[in-house]
Order: sequence, then C-alpha cells, then structure tokens
Amino acid sequence: MTPEIAAFLTIDGVATGAIYVLIALGFVLIFAVTRVIFVPFGDIAAFTALTLAALETKHLPGTVGLVAALAALASLMEIVKLLRSRRAGAIPRALLFYLVLPLVPVAAVWATAGTLLPLPLRIVLALALILPIAPLLDRVVYRPIADGTVLLLLTVSVALHFALVGLGLLFFGPEGVRTESLTDYTLILGGVPISGQSILIVAAAIIFSGILFLFFEFTIIGKSLHATAVNRTGARLMGIRPERSGTIAYLFGSLLAGVSGILISPVNTIFYDSGFLIGLKAFVGAIIGGLVSFPVTAIGSLFVGVLESFAAFQSSSFKEVIVFSILIPVLLWRSYSFAHSEEDIDE
Amino acid sequence: MTLFGKFESRRTSRDLFRKLLVASAAFTCLGLAASVAHAEITVGFVTSLSGPGASIGVLYDKGMKAAYAYKDEVGGEKIKLIKLDDSSDPTAATQDARKLIQQDHVDILIGTATAPSTNAMMSVANELHVPFIAISPVNIKPPKDGRLWGIAMPQTPALMVKVITDRMKREGIKSAGYIGFSDAWGDLVYNGAIAAEKEGDPKITTDERYARTDTSVTAQALKVLATRPDAVLIGGSATQAALPILELRKLGYKGPFYGTPAMLNADFVRVGGKAVEGVQVSAGPVIVTSQLPAGHFSKKIGTTFHEIFKKVNGGDADDGFSGYSFDGWLVFLSAAEKALQHAKPGTAEFHQALMDGIYATKNLAGVHSIYNFSPKSAYGVDARSLVVVKLVNGKWIYQP
Repeated sequence: MTPEIAAFLTIDGVATGAIYVLIALGFVLIFAVTRVIFVPFGDIAAFTALTLAALETKHLPGTVGLVAALAALASLMEIVKLLRSRRAGAIPRALLFYLVLPLVPVAAVWATAGTLLPLPLRIVLALALILPIAPLLDRVVYRPIADGTVLLLLTVSVALHFALVGLGLLFFGPEGVRTESLTDYTLILGGVPISGQSILIVAAAIIFSGILFLFFEFTIIGKSLHATAVNRTGARLMGIRPERSGTIAYLFGSLLAGVSGILISPVNTIFYDSGFLIGLKAFVGAIIGGLVSFPVTAIGSLFVGVLESFAAFQSSSFKEVIVFSILIPVLLWRSYSFAHSEEDIDE
Repeated sequence: MTLFGKFESRRTSRDLFRKLLVASAAFTCLGLAASVAHAEITVGFVTSLSGPGASIGVLYDKGMKAAYAYKDEVGGEKIKLIKLDDSSDPTAATQDARKLIQQDHVDILIGTATAPSTNAMMSVANELHVPFIAISPVNIKPPKDGRLWGIAMPQTPALMVKVITDRMKREGIKSAGYIGFSDAWGDLVYNGAIAAEKEGDPKITTDERYARTDTSVTAQALKVLATRPDAVLIGGSATQAALPILELRKLGYKGPFYGTPAMLNADFVRVGGKAVEGVQVSAGPVIVTSQLPAGHFSKKIGTTFHEIFKKVNGGDADDGFSGYSFDGWLVFLSAAEKALQHAKPGTAEFHQALMDGIYATKNLAGVHSIYNFSPKSAYGVDARSLVVVKLVNGKWIYQP
C-alpha cells in the first residue's frame, strides 16, 4: 500500500463515515429520548433517495401513498383515544397535527407531479415528504407501548423494519436509482482528488453535529429532550411531555436520515433495501458512543467508515466481517468500563 | 290462478333443470369418450407470477405464450397447456408439480423462474418419472437410481464466462482484473474465469468483491488499478454491475470492460450512463436476432419468435429469458413427435418415450442455441449458444 492509496482510502472512508455519522446521531437522539432503537432509520434514508429520484424522473413517489396511509391511521388512533377519554374538543387540534400537516407535502408533490422542478425545490419536497414518516410511525407503533422494556421496543423495531422494506419494494420497485450530482467540483489536495460531493457530505455531518450540540446545550426544548432522556418520570413531574419530546426527536432524526439519503444518492445506487446495511454500520458507530454520547458517536462512525474502506482494500470479501467484528471488543469494553444506571438493571 | 301458476312455473323450472342435468351429463360422457379416443398431450407449465422471482417469471410466461401460439399441436394431436404460479416459493413449486402430475396427468413439466424452485420440481419429476424441462440455470445431478428425468435449457455460467474470456484473448488482452458480487454469482463468474485462465485465456489479477447494497467500491477499484490490468471483468448483475465501472472510470481507468449476460439490463444502461459505453458481454443470440448474419442458426427461428412474441404480448422480446421457454417448447415438440410413434399420451410408456426423445435431440436450432442432449448430459448447449455484444449509444450491438 502506497501513501497515495492510503490517502485515497482515508478520504473515501471519511466520506462514508460522515454518512454513518448523520445516521448514528439520529439513532442516539431517538434512543436517548424514547429508548427505541429505531432499526428502520436506514430505510428512511434510502426512501429519501428513492423519493428524490422519483421526483427527478417526474414520477409520483411511492412515499406519497405511505405518508397518506400513515397519517390516516394515526389520526384514526388519535380520535379513538380522545373519544374514549371524553376529550372530543381536542380532536380538531389532533387532526391538524396528524392529518393536515403531514398531508401538506403530499398535496404539494401530488399537485406538481409530472413537472420537473428545480433541484433545490426537489430536495426540499423530498425532505418534507420524508419528515412525517418517523413521527407518524411513532404515534401508530411505539406510543401504545411506550412504557415497554427496551427489548420489546427493539423487537417491534425489527418487525417494523421488515414491514417497511416490504413496502419499499411495493412502492419503489426492485431496481436501484442514482440521482443527479449536486456538484461537479473536484478539489485536488496533494495530488489526490476529493470530489465536491464528499466535501458536502462531510460538511453536512459537521454542521448537524454542531446544531445538535448547540440545540441540547442552549435551548429549552433541547434541555427538555435531555431531561426526558435522563428520567422519563422525573421529566413528566417537571411538566415536560414525553410524547412531544419523542415527536421532536423523531422529526429531527428523520431530517438527519433524509439529508444523508440525499447526499448519498448521487455517489451510489440506492435500492429499496439499501438502508438496512447503512443503518447497521451506523449503529456500530452509535454503540461505540454507548448510545448516549454525540461526540463519541461521531468519532466512532468515522472510525467505522475508515475501517471499512481499508478492510475493503485488504480483503474485500471479508469487509463486513471485519467491520462487524469490532462490535465485540467495543461491547466488552463498554460493559466493563461503564457503570449501569438503576433503570437498566430493573430491566 | 296465481297460486296454481306459481306452482306450475316452479315445476317446469325443476323439469328444465333436470333435463339440463341429464344433457350435461351426457355431454360430459361424450367429452370423456372423445378425450380417450384423442389422447391429447398435456403440458404442465410452472412459473413465478408473484413474489421476488416474478420479474423474471413473467418473461418466462410471455415466452411460453409465444411458444404456444407458435405451435399448439404435434403429429395431429392437440396440446393442452396448464399454467400454474409458484409465487417464487420452492414449496409451492413442489405442490404445483405434484398436482400437475397426479391430478392433471401431465406428460411433461416445464418450469420455473427461481433456481431453488426449479430444483424442487426436478426432484418431483425424478420421483414420479415424468420428463422435466428446466428453464432456469440450475445444477442438475442424476438421482441415486441413475435415471435422470430432466434437462436444463440455459447456458451454464462457466460457458457464459468462457465465451467472453475467449473474446478478450482474441482482442489481445493478457491480464484482467476481476471485481464481482460477494455472493454465489460472483463465485461462479470468478471460478469460470480461473478455469478459462488455465486454458490460456487472460490472467486474472484480482478477486475483488462487493455487495449489492454497498455504499462504495473505491477500495476494491484501487486494488484492481494497482495490478494494472489490460481489461476488467465484471461479476455483478443488473443495476449494481455498473457501480465498479463508474468508480474505475472516475479513478481514471481507461481500459475496456467485459461481463456476462447478467448485465443485459435496461437499468444497468440507465444507471451506468456514459461510463458503461463500450462494455462487451456474452449474450444469447436471441438478444440481437435482427443483427445476426443471414446464415446464423438462430436467424430464422429467432425472427419467427420475435414476430410471434410481439403479436401475442404486444412488446418486443428484449430479454433472454422468454427465449428459454420458447426453446424448451421446441425441444418438447421434437421429442413428442418421436414419442407419439411409440406410445399413447397419458401413459407411463409415453413419459419414457418422451424422455428418450428429449435425450435423442440432435442439432435442434433454437433461438438461443443448437441443442444436443444425451442421457449423459442434461445440458445441451455449446459455445455457439453465446455471441458477444457491445454497448454502443445505449444499444447492444452484435460483435461477430
């Protein structure tokens, strides 16, 4: 291996790792607030890419149907719940949040189907269409079991992932897509070319890590999210509503997944089932961060990306074996060096 | 009046019903008698019209529709075709095969879209001694009693690779990098290329692998580049076969790319765009029938196939799969003609005669190949069953 090849591999690894950073941050964010390991997170990234590709080829994206169906289901559940607790007066407000707001991007995409919009508008539309999915899934699937054990929530997540992959095949078809490149710019650094796309990905990872940091340190909502994460019951006593914290976490997480999906689709072909492996590798990064620490998660995800790149060069057939094998020492190290909280032991 | 009338009308309707019953029973008897006198040949066709194998299964179905429209009788006997869907599930394929043999008393089975299902049907055919024509690429092994009841139509993966590596050698290529899927298909292509290397074809310099859902192949591409190969052989399939080509071109690789029929896919061309221009792959001649020279074995029958296919299915046959159904039908027709002279359809003797007839197939020209079967070989194809095509301006062009 020459230094030049090592430089190539590092750059490739950092670009891949930055994608994992975005997804892993979402994992940690959602887990910290809701205790849900949101397995279908990678699928949401893949669906964003597929939605953007559909808009690019002037097709109606399958996400439209998915969001509409989920919104209808969530509203129905909310209305039934409100009626049973005799709070019919709150129904219009619930409908606004669970039906009208998610259907706004659906209507926008529906109305503009068949016309090719400019690229920035397409990206905004694709993101707007993806954003409601995770919060709606939260309402439909997770909220009824919000007080269940982490294991129950994880099992439901895995089931949900399989359901989403099946729906993905139904809505988007079996073939992969690649979207238009966002930039053709290439930076030559010491003889090694760095594509503008890679720079964008890394920049996005840095910006979102920074936003998350500022959000949690300096805003009231961030602090209330953090409070929910530390102690659900305690937060409730302080007047923080865990449901709303959960919705905010899912919304922000979806934004991270959506952005990574949009950034990755011009550099690689994305299939309806591509999300799982991306999500799984990001999860390794999140595990390195112990599913709590944002900075360590970011570093861990970058490490996974670079390791993957070098492993692929050394022995491409064993690449996944090498990447997933590091989980074992990391888990050992984690479980020996960190004290468990009382809540964990209860479970 | 009203009461009586009602009673009367009910009686007449009951009478009418009874008469109908008798008449229909008589007709059924007549029909049965007729079918015994004219023992028609029954063919059981299984394909995947739902499930993950459906995208290919539908093509097999279209090919069979064209085949049936091409000829639906043999030696004066009408052929009855029964079609079942196995929903890409080997268990369902087994049930379908049993049902067709035991309930519908078919004389021959043809199927199906996925390799596991096809293997499942092969076992049933061996067990119940009914001839079977496999239209998917499968590995057929003789059963314990040594009497095999089936053949496979498609070209073997080893042959698909051999034809393209021979072409690389002819074009003066000394060494080739290999990059393919990290699955069974990637193994088949790599092993084929290594076997060809031992017979004097280009030296394979790398064995790089990637998964369909991988996010980057930069590392593998760098490794291929480091060995400075004259050409690169791709062991991927469909859309994602374009990934290493795009990456290598991005890294400045200038040499040619070669591949297998697994890359004959509209989405490969769409996703690959300019980077995949000039890629050469081995392909069944049916892909480029209109470009074949007049003397080619597949020209006449292939043209007929394309015409009928368009008439029956509405679109062009731009895939290789529908051709396998059609060729399977041709093999069956020629064997049935011989078998009819020995036995009556629907009997065990006829099954044996039909299988013997299939194994006696000599130089039968189909749309894919010239077929020669024997009890020793369940594969009837040779190097003539593959031509080399090149992607020029998004179209596959025949390279003599």
